[in-house]
Amino acid sequence: MVALRERTIVSLRSVPSLPKHVRIQYDPVRQAFAVLSPEKVFWPNEISLDILRRCDGRSTVGHIIAGLAAEYDAEQEAVAADVIAFLQEWSDKLLVKL
Amino acid sequence: MSELLLPPIGMLAELTHRCPLQCPYCSNPLELLKANRELDTQTWLDLFSQAANLGVLQVHLSGGEPTLRRDLEQLIAGLSARGVYTNLITAGINIAEGRIEAFAEAGLDHLQLSFQGARPATTDRIGNHRGSHEKKLETARRARAAGLPLTINAPIHRHNIEEVPEFIDMALSLGAERLEIANVQYAGWALANRNALMPERAAVERQAEIVTAAQERLAGVINIDFVPPDYFAIYPKPCMGGWARDAFMVAPDGTVLPCHAAQTIPSLRFERFGERTLAEIWTDSPAFNAFRGTEWMREPCRSCERREVDWGGCRCQAMAIAGDAAATDPACSKSPIHARMATLIDETRRAVADTAADEAFIYRRIGVVTESA
Repeated sequence: MVALRERTIVSLRSVPSLPKHVRIQYDPVRQAFAVLSPEKVFWPNEISLDILRRCDGRSTVGHIIAGLAAEYDAEQEAVAADVIAFLQEWSDKLLVKL
Repeated sequence: MSELLLPPIGMLAELTHRCPLQCPYCSNPLELLKANRELDTQTWLDLFSQAANLGVLQVHLSGGEPTLRRDLEQLIAGLSARGVYTNLITAGINIAEGRIEAFAEAGLDHLQLSFQGARPATTDRIGNHRGSHEKKLETARRARAAGLPLTINAPIHRHNIEEVPEFIDMALSLGAERLEIANVQYAGWALANRNALMPERAAVERQAEIVTAAQERLAGVINIDFVPPDYFAIYPKPCMGGWARDAFMVAPDGTVLPCHAAQTIPSLRFERFGERTLAEIWTDSPAFNAFRGTEWMREPCRSCERREVDWGGCRCQAMAIAGDAAATDPACSKSPIHARMATLIDETRRAVADTAADEAFIYRRIGVVTESA
């Protein structure tokens, strides 16, 4: 048996990125951003899209939360809970790499 | 009807019916097309370009065995240039040195590799090709080395249902992101081989428990998609996501179809790309409009709260079992002939007991089945 990957748990120090099999793309026909993955196409809402766009392989989760809280003029704690839950869900589906 | 007409998202391109394997459940039609009926490179590229204009975001390049097309690199590059997500569905046998790397360089997004068994003897017997398992393992390694994301596809039936835990281990050891445990559905070649392929009810139930437990245990490690067998179901599947709703397929000769088995519905006439544009076929083809949306439905579908969940299920299964393509899919417990599914399971079991039919596959070959009444 080879060494296997393990489930990753999101922390403020995680640096999320999109894996190679996932990409965000503007669809001119539907005039919306799509997330393309091997079998599924997702249509993220504006906030989800904002999170995914910040998954650039350089920014930490803490950094992403601070940026979004500033942009949406929202409580950092509330934003943190939403962002962490979102990233954990997408990581569990292998749509975000941590 | 017009409010239901959405642009298609996905397209399955069956580039060829040629294949080195002879799996007895192949989803290709019984009457396979020879190489001289296949569209040429430029026609496929034109079709892909029209598909992208129409709104197609993902193209699954399939067959037969798509790598037998020598122009596959060109086709991938054409799709990639239009930003279309490309998924290569391959048996992974005899792919020449350097080609997998060339597919990746052309812009291939993802590779899906089939395994007929988790054990070499099973893979070799089901595909009727000695040494195929080892070649597939090598293809998986080459795909990973080329940086391609990988799905392992495992079609499940009576002869490999006990190997499901081994399929999971194998997908993990190959570094796959995804595993499809897809139970064979009885259309096309699988319908011809139904007696030999039908699993036992207890094995189906055990399999579902194993997969559910693995999905939980391996969350964030590997995605396991499970396609349960229709004959054992309570509700039907939304076949192709609904007839002509957001996906379609194209046969090697350019015939545009709502699904794999659509040509088994004798009342429908299908059009070929070239005779009409893709947009015209998607929008106006009487065959595409025949079961689009919910207007065509009768009871019990018509007033069912699930009518926009499963879209009435599979039209071809309704044709095959109810003898009427507009009937409710018999896989649904609300179908008046749902009990027929259980009867068919029992009948196949008796046939196996009487005749050892489970050892006798009709292997998929070009020319084995020719046109008949």
